[in-house]
This record gives sequence, C-alpha cells and structure tokens, in this order.
Amino acid sequence: MRGLDPQAALKDMLLAGLVALGLFAPLVGLRTDVAPTGALFIRTRWTDVAIIVGLVMAGRLAMHIFLARREARAAMADLSKPGRFATQAAWLARILGPVLLGVALLLPAIPGVGRYELDLGILVLTYIMLGWGLNIVVGLAGLLDLGYVAFYAVGAYSYALLAQYFGFSFWLCLPLAGILSAFWGILLGFPVLRLRGDYLAIVTLAFGEIIRIVLLNWVSLTGGSNGISGIPRPSFFGLPFSMEGGPGTFAGFFGIEPSPVHRVIFLYYLILALAMLTNWVSVRLRRQPLGRAWEAMREDEIACRSLGINIRNTKLSAFMIGAMFGGFAGAFFATRQGFISPESFTFIESAIILAIVVLGGLGSQIGVAIAAIVMIGGFELFRDLEEWRMLVFGAAMVLIMVWRPRGLVGSRQPTVVLRERRRIGSEHVAEGRG
Amino acid sequence: MTMLHLDNVTAGYGAVQALKGVTIEVHPGEIVTLIGANGAGKSTLLMTLCGDPRARSGRISFEGRDITQMPTHEIMQLGLAQAPEGRRIFPRMTVRENLLIGAQVAGHDPGPELERVFAIFPRLHERQAQRGGTLSGGEQQMLAIGRALMSRPRLLLLDEPSLGLAPLIVRMIFDTIRRLNAEEGLTVLLVEQNANQALRLAHRGYVLVTGQITMAGTGAELLARPEVREAYLGGH
Ligand SMILES: Nc1ncnc2c1ncn2[C@@H]1O[C@H](COP(=O)(O)OP(=O)(O)OP(=O)(O)O)[C@@H](O)[C@H]1O
Ligand SMILES: [Mg+2]
Repeated sequence: MRGLDPQAALKDMLLAGLVALGLFAPLVGLRTDVAPTGALFIRTRWTDVAIIVGLVMAGRLAMHIFLARREARAAMADLSKPGRFATQAAWLARILGPVLLGVALLLPAIPGVGRYELDLGILVLTYIMLGWGLNIVVGLAGLLDLGYVAFYAVGAYSYALLAQYFGFSFWLCLPLAGILSAFWGILLGFPVLRLRGDYLAIVTLAFGEIIRIVLLNWVSLTGGSNGISGIPRPSFFGLPFSMEGGPGTFAGFFGIEPSPVHRVIFLYYLILALAMLTNWVSVRLRRQPLGRAWEAMREDEIACRSLGINIRNTKLSAFMIGAMFGGFAGAFFATRQGFISPESFTFIESAIILAIVVLGGLGSQIGVAIAAIVMIGGFELFRDLEEWRMLVFGAAMVLIMVWRPRGLVGSRQPTVVLRERRRIGSEHVAEGRG
Repeated sequence: MTMLHLDNVTAGYGAVQALKGVTIEVHPGEIVTLIGANGAGKSTLLMTLCGDPRARSGRISFEGRDITQMPTHEIMQLGLAQAPEGRRIFPRMTVRENLLIGAQVAGHDPGPELERVFAIFPRLHERQAQRGGTLSGGEQQMLAIGRALMSRPRLLLLDEPSLGLAPLIVRMIFDTIRRLNAEEGLTVLLVEQNANQALRLAHRGYVLVTGQITMAGTGAELLARPEVREAYLGGH
C-alpha cells in the first residue's frame, strides 16, 4: 500500500499552482476593455486570477487525497481491517492539527473577525473541549456515556453557587468545579462498574436526567427553572474588564481604550487554553499505562482482567477524568453566560457531544475537533432554517455514517511509534491466516 | 513445596456447577497439562484460580499463599500470568502496545522484557507496529503468550494455545513452551484438547471430565492408558 506522501503532494500542488498562474495571469488577469472615451485600455483582474489559482491548487490536492485513498482501498481488499485510513489520518493529524491550532491562535487578529465570529469560536471551542473530555470516556475507555452533560451542569452550578454564596473568584472556582465534577464522575462510576453497552448507556442517561431534575426542583438552592443570574464574569487574573477604564481595570492597567471586545477575546483564549489542556492531558495519558489500560479495556475487558489490570480503578479513573474536563467546561460556560438554568443541560446537549465524538471517529483528537467545527458551525450556518436544521443535521449524520462508518478520522493512531518507521506491506499482512 | 495447589475447589456460573471439587497440584519447574472434552471445565479452572469466577468452596494457594478470595488484579501481581482461551489480544492496538499492557501489572520497566519476548518470538519483533487484529492466527497466539510473559511470571497458564492452528505452528509453539521450561525453569499449566501432543510435552497430566478429575499421572502413563487413548486420542 502506498499512501499519500504529504511532501510530494504539496510540491505537486505548488507546481500546479505555478502552471495555473502562468496560464491564467495573461488569459484572465489582463483584459482589454473599451473605455467610455472609446479608447482601449487594459483592466487587471488579479483577484480572479488568485481565486482560479487557489481553486486549481485545492483541486489538485483533493485529487491526490482521492487517489491515495482509492489506492489504499484497492490494496487492502479486506475492508474489515482497521487502519484503512491510517496513512490519511496520520497525514491529517500531522498537517491539519498545527494548521487548525495556528488559525485558532490568530483568529482574533484576523481582519473581519468581530464579536460574532469570536462568540462562535468560543462556542465551537467549548464543544471541542467537551468532545475531548467525553472522548476519554467513550472513545478511549469504550464506556458509552449518554449523560455527560451532567458533569457540565455540575461544573457550571459549582461555580455559580460558590461565587454566589461564598464570593469565590473564577480562578479559585475553576479547579473546584473540576474536582466536584470528578467526584460526581466517581459517584456515577461505582453503580455502573458491572454494566456494559446498552445497560451502561441507559443508566448514564438516567444520571444526566437526575442531575438536571434535581437542579430544577431544588429551588431554594439553585433557583429552579429561574436559574442563577448575575454570575461574576472572569477577571484578567484580578483585573476586571470594565468600560470605565479606571486604574484597577484591564484597560486601565495596560493603558488601552476600554472595549467590550477585550473580554470576548479573553474568554476566547481562556477556552482555547482549557481545550488545549484537555487535549494535552488526553494525548499524554494515552501514552501512559493508565491510558493504555483504558484502550485495552475498550478492546477486551476479560483479557484485561487476565492480565491483572484493575478494571474498577481503570473505569473509575476514566469517568473521573472525563467528568473533570466537563466540569471545567461548565465553569467556563457559567462565567461566559453570566446566567445558567437547567434548560442549558438537557439530554440534547449530551447527544450533540456524543455525536461529535462518534462522528470524529471515536478516539481521534483531530477528528473530534473537525466534527465539532462542522457540527456547531453547521448549526450556525443553517440558523435561518430553524427546525429544518435538525433535519439537515440528521441527514448529514446519516451521510457521514454511510460514507465513513468509522467516523471522520476513523483510525486509531498507535501511541508507540518505532524509530525506523517501517511500513508493513499488504503482501505480508495477507499472509498466513492461521 | 507445591507452587499451585487447588484443594477440592468448586466453581460455576449461576445454576451451572462447572467444577465439582477439583484437587490438583503444580510443582515448580513442571509442565502440567489438563486435558478434557469440550465443556469439561478446563477454562473455568484456569479462570477460577485467577479469581474470576470465584471459587464457591475449597482452597486455592499459590506459593504457599491463600489466594482463594484475593481480587483478580492482586492475584496476577503474585507472579502468574494467563494466555486466555481464544487469545483475546487487543485487535486495534499494535503488537508492541499489546505487549506493553502485559507488563503493566508487574510495574517494572518493560524494556528488557520486550527484548526477551522479541527474542523468543522474532515474528513479533517484525510485526511490532502492526495492529493485533491483522496478525495471522499463529502470530496472534504468539502475541497472547508473549503478552503473558511480559510480566515475567513464574507460573504460566495457557488455555488451548493450539486452537485452530496448523500442525507446524502448533509444534513451534509447543517447542517454545518446552524451551522456556527447560532453559528458564518456567512452570506451565497447559490446558489442551490436543491430548497427544500435550501429554508428550508435559511432565504430568490430569484428565478432567464434567468438572471432576478422573485420572492423573505422568504424561507417558496417561498416554499409555487405554481409557485416555479411547476418549482423547481417537482410539489409536
Ligand atoms: N460465562 C459462563 N456462563 C455460564 N456458563 C458458563 C460460562 N462459561 C462456561 N460455562 C459453562 O461451564 C462449563 C465449563 O465450561 P468451560 O469453558 O470451562 O469448558 P472447557 O473445558 O474449557 O471447554 P472447551 O474445551 O470447549 O474450551 C460448560 O458447561 C459451560 O457451558
Ligand atoms: Mg475452554
């Protein structure tokens, strides 16, 4: 099997771009027009040329990916084999990851990106973070959790209540929200230790609903369906964002003009940092014995037991760490909204997060990010369609599952890579089946 | 001193009584085989001494320590390891990752063990970056045994390693077991349907029939018994 060679593909793409530039610069870029005076003059259309060259390059790249995929598929006639998209996924992870991160880091500085785009970015990043958190439970440990939103809610209410009753600051509450959610993760974990598959799904679903219903009915503490408002907004490490711009504020301290965008930008980077922390921890853990035990447990619980892996601790730790990140995201959600109510934590949220993980390819970090961008961005794009967007969304899900049954990036990356990157040929793979 | 001692052990699943008072002994440095028909309770015996399912009565001890009620993961830390029936390798993880998981219970640096397993099964070294599920049946069995060896056990439990393998591969695997036993003094409890080869390999053997031991003796003795030849060797 010869997969996509990213370097060759990029080189070829640039070459195609150069050829296109050579051809279309004179053909399209320069055009003679008749001026009102009747004289001929040359009008330049460099934007059009740029668009055409861009299209040619994109098309060329798409062609490479398509051909590499077809070749890979032909080489591996046995479709049941995993790793069918391995080369492509590796390529995606190597190129797309850094590119996406770069775009994310520079987003507030990109011209034309205003408050609306940043708010959308914050929303997408929140779901990416939730997706990565749930991915630990579902993608790595293989525990189907339909009530993940419960931990998001616990995190949000932890912050809101701690701030309201004790006046704790966001920076103090953030770790506390994580710890409390982790605690609830363990609490959920204990009763479901012996459950698998569908049974586990039902109990976690119920757990999510129980948390929401408790929040709804414990009016004296949570305000019930009225929710909690006036949740303190985050400060820039102690410097509040304020329109007055006094000496103790963010704008005053840095000597800049106060603007409401500052807080949005700060929130944006905050969630970006939290999401990257989630990613970093997941990636690190996967290389550690704990993460390896999660994956092994997903593959075969009985084998794990016969190898002396403590299934109870492995499961509880997956629930705990997954829940902790849900809690962080919840605290962030509360401080960003300034208002929370049980309505924000319904089952549909769990379903969306789970859909992101499944569409992303169960266990793939970059897949989850792409799925979140596509789904949350898609929701936004089709906002005008109102209820119809659920239909579009459903259709898109079906299409993706038909087109890619293993998810967008449906291939697990090995966590131990050899120094000599030897590729095993299909001729060896096919050899000697028992 | 006996290494492993099962004393009148009963075990089962719900209403099914799979072991009805089994007593066996394994001494250090021995290869002991357990033969029996399908459903006799051989796998149940191996699993019971790992604590899953738990023995309902009787006593199991390993190197003098009572492990009857010990949690499974603690039993596996004592120096025994199992290559379970049907191999049960982790299909989406690479060969190398599969092996590393085997070492996790021991808690030591897996490097030297990895070298050792690769020396025993050079095939696995070639395939270390390949996903477990794409290995051939024989390679998967090597992986299952190699994975069990990663914790450097003193007692290796093997459940039907010859299952579904070509005679040549079976011989290679049995040779490996013999070599590990002779050269490193590894004690082996081998469950087999392939009675002929198993009894030739083992120092001693037990015959299990519907949850009870009906015969015991050296490999050669059992091979010579007409009942054994009748029931397990196709009457030759
Ligand atoms: N998980 C289980 N639940 C219920 N009954 C079981 C379970 N596992 C095994 N049994 C029953 O226990 C008995 C012994 O099964 P066991 O797997 O130990 O047999 P075995 O000797 O290993 O057979 P084989 O050679 O076919 O592997 C059988 O009657 C079987 O049906
Ligand atoms: Mg069996």
